[in-house]
Amino acid sequence: MTRWAFLALLSHWRRQPLQLVAMILGLALATGLWSAVQAINAEARASYAAAASRLGLSQGPTLTSPDGTIPSDTYVALRRAGWQLSPVLEGPIRLGGRTLRLVGVDVLSYPALPDSSALSGIAPLDVLTPPGRLFASRVTAEGFDGDPRLVLSQDVPAGVVLTDIGTAEALLDRPGALSRILVLPDQPMGLAPLADLAPQLSLSSPSATSDAAHLTDSFHLNLTAFGLLSFAVGLFIVHGTAGLVMEQRRPLFRTLRALGLPARHLTLLVLAELLTLALIAGLLGLVLGYLVAAALLPDVAATLRGLYGAPVEGGLTLRPLWVLSGLAMAVVGAGLAGARGIWALVRLPILASSGMALRSVASGLGARHLALAGLALILAGYLALRLMPGLTGGFVMLAGLLLGAALLLPLLVDACLQLCQRRAKGPVAQWVWADMRVQLPGLSLALMALLLALAANIGVGTMVSSFRLTFTGWLDQRLASELYVRAASDEQGAAIERWLASRADAVLPLRSAEITLAGQPGELYGVADHATYRQNWPLIASEPGVWDRVAAGEAALINEQLARRENLWPGDTVTIAPDWTLTVAGVYSDYGNPKGQVMVSIPALVAHHPEVPNRRFGIRVDPAKSEALARDLRQSFDLPEESIVDQAALKASSLAIFDKTFVVTGALNVLTLGVAGFAILTALLTLWTMRLPQVAPAWALGLTRAQLGRLELCRSLALAAITALLALPLGLALAWVLLNVINVAAFGWRLPMYLFPADWLRLFLLALIAGGLAAALPARRLHRLPPAHLLRIFANER
Amino acid sequence: MNARRRLLALLLCGLPFGALAQGFAGLGTTAEGFAIPERGRALTFPADHGPHPAFRIEWWYLTAPLTGEDGRDYGIQWTLFRSALAPEERDGWSSPQIWMAHAALTEPDRHHVAERLARGGIGQAGVTAAPFAAHIDDWQMTGTPGKGIDQLHLTARGKDFAYDLRLEASGPIVLHGDAGYSVKSPKGQASYYYSQPGYTVTGTIETERGTVRVSGQGWLDREWSSQPLAEDQRGWDWFSLSFDSGDKMMGFRLRDGGPGFTSATWIGSDGSAKPLPDGALTLEPLETTTVEDRAIPTRWRVVLPAHGLDITVGAMNPQAWMGTSFPYWEGPVTITGSHTGRGYLEMTGYE
Repeated sequence: MTRWAFLALLSHWRRQPLQLVAMILGLALATGLWSAVQAINAEARASYAAAASRLGLSQGPTLTSPDGTIPSDTYVALRRAGWQLSPVLEGPIRLGGRTLRLVGVDVLSYPALPDSSALSGIAPLDVLTPPGRLFASRVTAEGFDGDPRLVLSQDVPAGVVLTDIGTAEALLDRPGALSRILVLPDQPMGLAPLADLAPQLSLSSPSATSDAAHLTDSFHLNLTAFGLLSFAVGLFIVHGTAGLVMEQRRPLFRTLRALGLPARHLTLLVLAELLTLALIAGLLGLVLGYLVAAALLPDVAATLRGLYGAPVEGGLTLRPLWVLSGLAMAVVGAGLAGARGIWALVRLPILASSGMALRSVASGLGARHLALAGLALILAGYLALRLMPGLTGGFVMLAGLLLGAALLLPLLVDACLQLCQRRAKGPVAQWVWADMRVQLPGLSLALMALLLALAANIGVGTMVSSFRLTFTGWLDQRLASELYVRAASDEQGAAIERWLASRADAVLPLRSAEITLAGQPGELYGVADHATYRQNWPLIASEPGVWDRVAAGEAALINEQLARRENLWPGDTVTIAPDWTLTVAGVYSDYGNPKGQVMVSIPALVAHHPEVPNRRFGIRVDPAKSEALARDLRQSFDLPEESIVDQAALKASSLAIFDKTFVVTGALNVLTLGVAGFAILTALLTLWTMRLPQVAPAWALGLTRAQLGRLELCRSLALAAITALLALPLGLALAWVLLNVINVAAFGWRLPMYLFPADWLRLFLLALIAGGLAAALPARRLHRLPPAHLLRIFANER
Repeated sequence: MNARRRLLALLLCGLPFGALAQGFAGLGTTAEGFAIPERGRALTFPADHGPHPAFRIEWWYLTAPLTGEDGRDYGIQWTLFRSALAPEERDGWSSPQIWMAHAALTEPDRHHVAERLARGGIGQAGVTAAPFAAHIDDWQMTGTPGKGIDQLHLTARGKDFAYDLRLEASGPIVLHGDAGYSVKSPKGQASYYYSQPGYTVTGTIETERGTVRVSGQGWLDREWSSQPLAEDQRGWDWFSLSFDSGDKMMGFRLRDGGPGFTSATWIGSDGSAKPLPDGALTLEPLETTTVEDRAIPTRWRVVLPAHGLDITVGAMNPQAWMGTSFPYWEGPVTITGSHTGRGYLEMTGYE
């Protein structure tokens, strides 16, 4: 009995293959997008963790100095006092045309050396004495793989070059300097406290998560939010299909029950069927997710490296966690989508008529309830932001806003339709509007999906475009010099400066030191007193006479990130070193940099950090002469090609990095919209069978099938248009939250919001196309429906 | 031995990582570019108390069987090794000199070990000849200025022990072999080797059980070479024995496939030293103990007919295992038989 009943249930799919495809594809899409995002996140996080453990970055307490440099004599003194420590000297290094992070460690004491297999055949003398050895992974070593010092080791994280501290000292030209000192786990008994021995150093305890993981939290939260959105939209498809399948099989269920199949038995069979479908679709979704993740990961990795300096390898590995989470999402999703159908099945009256038409009639009460719930959600989101400011609050608010707006949609659309109905003249027009209102409950889920997809598109699009516009303008201000040159040594730097004095309009030294600002890594820049800065530097807040005061060494400029994080604004004071505090005279915008930054006059910088290299210069020159000057400069000093960069090239590369950052966002955006269009299609197909009893009387009254088909198409277009219009304010609200709440919390900068009506128009058309395409199939069917079918409606209305 | 330790061990031998070490701790590898000990070169003091960077390996090795005020027997070891990757010294991190130190405190029922490593050139470890001072981190062996190595202050501490001792020498420095040229194999491998075997030791030791005042006898060994072992020699058994009669004996056997190579120095109570050739000393293991999954001889019969010596030497604590980068056995011993007294035993190369 069970077997035959199950076969009878399955026979439905043979007759309706399209529904099977919609069901599986919808679930697979939802699972796929979700697991793609999960895979990317898991991969990135695993990379951070691996990097942290392999490099010992978070391997225990660490001593740092407020000015970023610890003399190695201090290390020796602490060692002589008995403390077991390991010194580290690190800094940026140019290798193979890229800037990499050089980490120099004492190989005798460092707790996290690469596996000894990587060292096979290398003499220790070569590691410890000049020219030394550089350990890097294959990915990192691209570009300098001909270097005789290179030793490939997969244990070294991406973007990092590991070497002995003696080699690092020479390469970074920082003799006798250390960046930090690790405190090793095993210490002898009876030591004097570090705070007494080296009061100038601060001891930071290991944090649970590495810096990279902390910095990139916002990025991953963003991705996860997008993944959830795609999943929700995908579920709309499945929900629509599942509802349809249940609806169409009611007669079958009744027959099976009448034949003696117990209700519990039947329910279990339907559940088993749903589970099978969910697992098949889940596996398909995982394959899809893997492909999407593999395609996007290189860009994500590039973004994370470029924006945060977080090391992520480009390769993707299959992790059991996201495989399981993907399958679980598919099963849960199918369960959610099928829940209503199964609930109805349990309570299925064997003999009563289906009352299909009745159930689909709009219930004003239901829409009003939904709307109330929607308002409550929006309010809750707003409260959440008030109660927990920051990133989490921001995302809760976004979730409340989007879901709430989606729940408000049926009532708003209904109100629009009512308005049109009142103005409609003639019976056909009135019937069309009234009929749309009847259809609305069945379509509202699909419309919600469309609303969410459109709003996300508008919101994220506005955010990205506003950001890009601001960023471009900011680049123009910030990169005011025509040429940028980098010397190989301080001596060469001084020579270049002298050489340029008579040939360029101005030479602006660019000098900086790494320091600790408010307990976090930061940068200290020296700024020359020159009109270039006075006219161009992008200040967002300043005191009168800001540049004079900075030039006099009385005041400092800080970047927006630091200002917002520490709540420092003009008039406040910033502590640059324990013995060095300056008034903040201005705040400048500084995009694409998560670190805090302070700018002081060059004499002040040199007074506190005499060791800062003087090798980078901005050159002001007549743009027409810049190319010739660059050529002369290269020849005179035998500088390599990459040492001189012109403004245009620098801007282009900055914008390229920027665009790459949002490749993933754009791709997910398009996918979400596609899924929403598909949702409308399945919803209309679901409604199709229910529509016949309502269309048949109109046909009987004289409307042709062609007219009915056209009206069907217009109806869908109208609904898509209304939804798109309603999505606009929602999208703009979303953009506002993204720019003013999420960005500030995630990156530390606030961006002005620009509006892009052309984009809206394009999106509006896109929504119409989606609605039209979705309605085309049912409309065509209606057009070609044999009149006998319509007649039969009257003959055997169930 | 874990991977990190293996790495360090190889690093200290100056061998290519992954290459097969020759003999114990790579001491049997060839010494290209390094200085070689020469017979007939007279040792000069205080200069030779200091380091000899042109030689590949060198040590300052102090052992002392002690007795506490609590009536219990103890023993301490303090060793500073210098290992050169190249026969030169340079300032800063690029120095090819590497320093390693071991300290141990042996109790009858427990054995505490600590190890230190340091790069040369930065001041974390080193030795000066006059005034004599040897240190690594906070461990030190410091001489009173003007007294050479006759008066020493010795400290070390680990996770669970510490000691702070004063040493006062009562006899002359003893040169082993041919005026300090000590042959290690029939093939001629040799080292420079001298000792100060006659320290009186007083001071304190500290463990979790508390601080105890101790006293006893100390023995300093100084040795440097570039290839002290022949290629086929796998390890050695080394004894420093102080008899109640006032006489002392240093003796060792280098083990190879055959009978091995023995050498000994008999030190009279007046400080006179008599070197004895290969074969004069016989060493016979009587009993082994399982230590770290190896069979280690912890009771020996030691016979030196030339001086009427026929004794049994037994470990005070058979588990005196040094689980350091190069693992070996080292601990205090008690002497019974024709002579009585105390001493130290070191055994290397037992796999």
